[in-house]
Amino acid sequence: MGDNIYNEVLIDHNLHPMHLHDLSCATCSNDGLNPTCGDSLSLHLNIENGVIKDGSFTGVGCAISQASTDIMLDLIIGRSTEDALHLKELFSKMINGDISQEEIDELEEAGALQNISKMPARVKCALLGWDTLEKLLKEEGAK
Amino acid sequence: MIILNNNPYKADFPVFRHYPDLVYLDNAATTQKPIQVMRSVEKYYSEENANPLRGLYELSIKATDAYENAREAVRKFIGAKSTKEIIFTRNATESLNLIAYSFGKAFIREGDEILVGVSEHHSNLLPWQNLARETGSVLKFLECDRQGAYSPEDLKAALTPNTRLFAIAQVSNVFGRFNPIREFAEICHRNGTRIVCDGAQSVPHAPVDVEDLDVDFLAFSGHKLYAPMGIGVLYGREELLEQMPPFLSGGEMIAYVTRENATYADLPHKFEAGTVNAGGAAGLRAAIGYIESIGFENIVQREKELTALAFHEMKRIEHVSIIGSENSEDHNGIITFTVDGVHPHDIAAVFDADGIAVRAGHHCAQPLHQHIGVQSTARMSLAFYNEEKDIERFIDTLKTVRRRMGYGG
Repeated sequence: MGDNIYNEVLIDHNLHPMHLHDLSCATCSNDGLNPTCGDSLSLHLNIENGVIKDGSFTGVGCAISQASTDIMLDLIIGRSTEDALHLKELFSKMINGDISQEEIDELEEAGALQNISKMPARVKCALLGWDTLEKLLKEEGAK
Repeated sequence: MIILNNNPYKADFPVFRHYPDLVYLDNAATTQKPIQVMRSVEKYYSEENANPLRGLYELSIKATDAYENAREAVRKFIGAKSTKEIIFTRNATESLNLIAYSFGKAFIREGDEILVGVSEHHSNLLPWQNLARETGSVLKFLECDRQGAYSPEDLKAALTPNTRLFAIAQVSNVFGRFNPIREFAEICHRNGTRIVCDGAQSVPHAPVDVEDLDVDFLAFSGHKLYAPMGIGVLYGREELLEQMPPFLSGGEMIAYVTRENATYADLPHKFEAGTVNAGGAAGLRAAIGYIESIGFENIVQREKELTALAFHEMKRIEHVSIIGSENSEDHNGIITFTVDGVHPHDIAAVFDADGIAVRAGHHCAQPLHQHIGVQSTARMSLAFYNEEKDIERFIDTLKTVRRRMGYGG
């Protein structure tokens, strides 16, 4: 256990995150906090007509939370908010260890985090960005 | 130098038979349990179990004896004057909450001041935060330097005529450093201030004598002292405990009850409502007996040598920084550290992959981490049953952490 979660995809996104920066064109932002380890991040999105045009995150965290959030942004930028919420649902299913191969394929690179389902202590790290996304989109949808 | 491999005590701990390759370096969180402690708990439940303190038959008297003999063993172990000063709780956290609630009710008023060390564990901070909020008293902090040291001069300067109480650990669970508690107690008492000492990290690793330290309260947990989980101790000065109201109320803590009123039992039972953890107390007594059979001189020497070995090897590894003192003598079995570019949770996961248990996070000391300007850290903490080869494996893995997290070189 342990080592196999730090695969190349995860290491690469942690060391070279594409989306770790401020977003001047952001239309909305939300903060996520993992109280057990103190990791916190802010998610920034530019949403126009129900489509996520651009996105970024800021903050500090472990390799798993940083890489997971970066991969998530790769996946959702250019998609509708509905698609993004659907992917969040799939990702949660995967982390809970209850997902089909087709559904994993839909998650593309995020499938690299599948083994986290075997590390209960790190589930919250993998979900931090995704939970923040869900909270943000639901709040935006309610407006 | 004593022989640090083929540790004769390791065989007393069944966990290492189940996991022969386990390197357990999270002793500041909880220690493993020796077979002697497990047997004593089994003996209690096989031969002595009944509801203690109220039964009128032989088995209940045996249970009462097991429980009260444990109290006497604790009294002797920490040098208290009377068993009236030894209250059994669940753990150090409950002991500290008891003081905050009960001492608070008796002695803390609006405008009073409570002084707390900035490096304190949340269990020696949150009860005081709550007390301050509820009573309108003021919570103040004593700052330590980057080495984790508190200065007696700073303490003198921080005390005012309104400071009722100073709460400080004898050994910080992050720095591993001993605070000069006797000197602090003297400064506090000259000011009419009471001193609460959190002994969770000191009592298991060095002889602690409450009369010699002259503290008003001392709290510690059994489970960090090789005893079962769920048994802890509060030492309190008798004349203070007498003036403090009960913390919890219910059975076994009363003398006489009418419909509207109750007269409370005498010390120490006033503070032990409900059926007590007699099995845990029996285990704690066995743990104390076990420690005494090895001797603190031996324990301290082993732990100091292992600490020095780890410390000097860690110093030589690039990108590894040790939190706190530059001197290994100040670390007392606790070495908190960071690795450049690697989050502590990832450090712990890499160690876990190699079968080595270390802690990562803020170690329940968030204000301290804010104070020293790091978000979180990793921590290795050892006990006398650790061996040189545990340290070697720890160092071998530590050298690989950055490479395994994708950093070259």
